[in-house]
Amino acid sequence: MPLVKQGRITTDLFVHVADGAELPGDGAVLVSAERFLADPEALLRRPGKTGVIWPNNRNLDDLVPHLDRLASVALVFPTFRDGRAYSQARLLRERYGYDGELRATGQILRDQFVFMTRAGFDAFEVKKDADADAFAATMKRYSVFYQPTGDGRVTALNRRMQLRHSESAGQ
Amino acid sequence: MYAYDELDRTLINERVSEFRDQVKRRLSGELTEDEFKILRLQNGVYLQLHAYMFRVAIPYGTLSSKQLRRLAHVARRYDRGYGHFTTRQNIQFNWIKLAELPDALSDLAEVGIHAMQTSGNNMRNVTSDQWAGVAPGEIEDPRIWSEILRQHTTLHPEFSFLPRKFKIAITASEHDRAAIKIHDIGLRLHKNADGETGFEVLVGGGLGRTPFIAKTIKPFVHGRDILSYVEAILRVYNQYGRRDNIYKARIKILVHELGIEKFAREVEEEWKAMGDVGLTLDHAAIEEVRSRFSYPPYEKLPHMPDELKQAAHDPLFERWRKNSVAPHKVQGYSIVTLSLKPVGGPPGDATAEQMDAVADLADKYSFGEIRVGHEQNLALPHVAKCDLPQLFKALDRLGLATPNVNLVTDIIACPGLDYCSLANARSIPIAQELTRRFANHDTADLIGRLHINISGCINACGHHHVGHIGILGVEKNGEEFYQITIGGRADENAQLGTLIGPAVPYAEVADVIEDIVEAYLALRDRPEELFVDTVKRLGVEPIRERVYATR
Repeated sequence: MPLVKQGRITTDLFVHVADGAELPGDGAVLVSAERFLADPEALLRRPGKTGVIWPNNRNLDDLVPHLDRLASVALVFPTFRDGRAYSQARLLRERYGYDGELRATGQILRDQFVFMTRAGFDAFEVKKDADADAFAATMKRYSVFYQPTGDGRVTALNRRMQLRHSESAGQ
Repeated sequence: MYAYDELDRTLINERVSEFRDQVKRRLSGELTEDEFKILRLQNGVYLQLHAYMFRVAIPYGTLSSKQLRRLAHVARRYDRGYGHFTTRQNIQFNWIKLAELPDALSDLAEVGIHAMQTSGNNMRNVTSDQWAGVAPGEIEDPRIWSEILRQHTTLHPEFSFLPRKFKIAITASEHDRAAIKIHDIGLRLHKNADGETGFEVLVGGGLGRTPFIAKTIKPFVHGRDILSYVEAILRVYNQYGRRDNIYKARIKILVHELGIEKFAREVEEEWKAMGDVGLTLDHAAIEEVRSRFSYPPYEKLPHMPDELKQAAHDPLFERWRKNSVAPHKVQGYSIVTLSLKPVGGPPGDATAEQMDAVADLADKYSFGEIRVGHEQNLALPHVAKCDLPQLFKALDRLGLATPNVNLVTDIIACPGLDYCSLANARSIPIAQELTRRFANHDTADLIGRLHINISGCINACGHHHVGHIGILGVEKNGEEFYQITIGGRADENAQLGTLIGPAVPYAEVADVIEDIVEAYLALRDRPEELFVDTVKRLGVEPIRERVYATR
C-alpha cells in the first residue's frame, strides 16, 4: 500500500506493530491506542519515533496529553463512507495544536484527498497505486473553498471581501 | 435571485470535472460499483428500478427562466421529455444514461445549476419557503441565510461522510411553508427582545420508519453565530450518530436516545470549545451575500386594477384566482401558484414543453423568476395583478391552471413502485385515482383545505406521516396494502397522523378516502372548520367508526 506524504509517494519509515508482537529495538513504530495507553512512557522512551493508531470511535481525551511527544497519529477510515476521523483530524490540528504527521489509514481513495487535506491530514496510506500516482493532480481539482478550516486556504467569502476592498480602495 | 459570481461558477465546473473523472473510472472498471455508489450519490445519481435517476438541486426553490429552460433541455436531450419536482425543491430525471451524465451536468453548470449533495450521507440541498422574499410579513428574506448555508455546506471537508443524510430548512414567516419541523435542523428566523435577527434552532425532526417532530434545541442563536452553531451540531452528530444500522443513523435517533437536554448540552459544550474558528459572520460578510441578491424593479400599481374587476365576471377565472393567487408584499402584485397536479396526472411532473412555456411566462409576467415548493408545485412570485387574466388563459392552455392548490387533489406523492427500487407499493396510480374521484372542483372547494400525502414505502418520501390524510404503501404476502393515517400536518403546528384502522388493499384505498372525507363533511361543525381541525377537535374515533362500520 503506497504512502503519500508531502504530496509524493514515499517510503514508509513507520512499522505497523501488531498488539502482542515484539517491538523492534529502534526505528519508528505505529502501535494501537490500547498498546500505547497501557504504558506510554515505555514506548516513548525507546529510541525511534512513536506513532499511535487511534480508532475513530474513541474520544481524543486520552490521546491529547501525549500529543507533543508523538511523531505520528494515524486515524482510521474503516470504509470510506465512515467520516468520523475527519472530525478527529480537525480537532487534533485546530483545537489541540497537534503538528506532527497526521496519517489517514483504511479505505482511502483519491476522491477523499481534498477533504482530508483540508481537515489536516498530511500522510495517506492509499489503497490503489493509481490513486497514489494521481495525488498531485487530484489536489488541483478544486481552487474554490467555501469553509474555513485549519489548512489556511482562503475561503470564497474572504476572497470576495478582499476583492471588494481593493475595488473600493482603487476608486 | 442570487447571482453566481466567478468563484461559484468555478466551483461548480470543478465539481463537473471531478464527476466526469469518477464516471470514467467506473466505466473503465477502475472503480467498483460499491465504491462508485458513494461517489455518484454525492452528486445526485441513484440506481432505480429501470435506469439511473438524476436529482438536480434547486437551492431554496428559486429558479431563473434561463435555468428552467435548461432543465427542459436536459429533459429533452438526456431523458424522456419530462422531469419530476420533488418534496425538497429538487427536480428528478428518471431515465438518464450514466455515460451522458457528465454532459448533462456540464450543460446545467453553464446556468449555475448543479446536483451536489442531492443524495448521499451529507448535508443536502438547503430548502426554504417558496414564497421567500415576496410573502407579506416576513422577518427578512430567508434566502440570504439559505445561501450562506448552501455555500457553507457545499463540499464540506468534515461533514461529507455523515452517518446518514442531513437536511436543513429555513423559514422566516409565521406560517411555516418549509416544513422545518420535519427536518434534521429547522431554522426559524425571528428577532429577539433587542431587535436582533437570529434563529430558533430545532433539531431531530424527520419521517421514515421512526418519525419525530423536531425539538427546539436553542430558542435564539444570533445570526452571526449560526454557522458555528450548526457546525457544533454536525460535529456532535458526526462523532456520535449511530453507524451500525442505517435505520437508526439519522440525528433524530441520537437526539431521542440522548434526550434533547443532554444532546443540547453536548452541542453547547462543543460550541463553547470551538472558540473563534473563522465562522462568525460579521455584518460585512452577511451584506456581501445579501448584495448578490437582486429584486425586481416593481412599479407602483393599483391594488384593484380594472382588468381584475372585469375578469371577475368569468367564474372560471374567479375560481382559479381565489384558489391559486396569494397576496404579495408589494401592492398591485400577486404570487401565483401553478398546479402540477392535473386530474389524472402524476403529481409534480412537468414536460419539457411546459417548462419552456413557464419560463416564457415568467419572462413576460414575473421578472424572469420561478419558484418551486415542497408541495411539488411551481409559483410565479411577482405577477402584476393586471396581468392575472392573461396569465390565467395562458396557464389554462398549458394545463397548469387546475384550481386545486391546497385542496384534496393537490396530492404529494413519491414515485413509488413505478420507479423506485425501495418501494413496496405504487403511489402514483393511487394519486391519479383520487384526483379522478374528486375531479369536480366544486366538491373540492366545498371540502376545503386538505392535504393528502402518499408514500410507497416506510422511507416516507411522500411525507405521509404529516399529511392531513396520510397513505403508506406496505407489502403483505406479495400484495400491495395501504395504511391510512389522519390528522398529521407539516406546518408550524406540525404533528404526526394517527392510524385510522387496518391496512386496506390497493383497490379499496380510494373508497376509504372518500368515506373519510364524507365522515368529515358530516362531522365538521361549520364549513370553515378544516379537516385537520375537525380531527383535532373530535379525535380519530368518530371518523374511524363511520369509515369502518361497514368494512
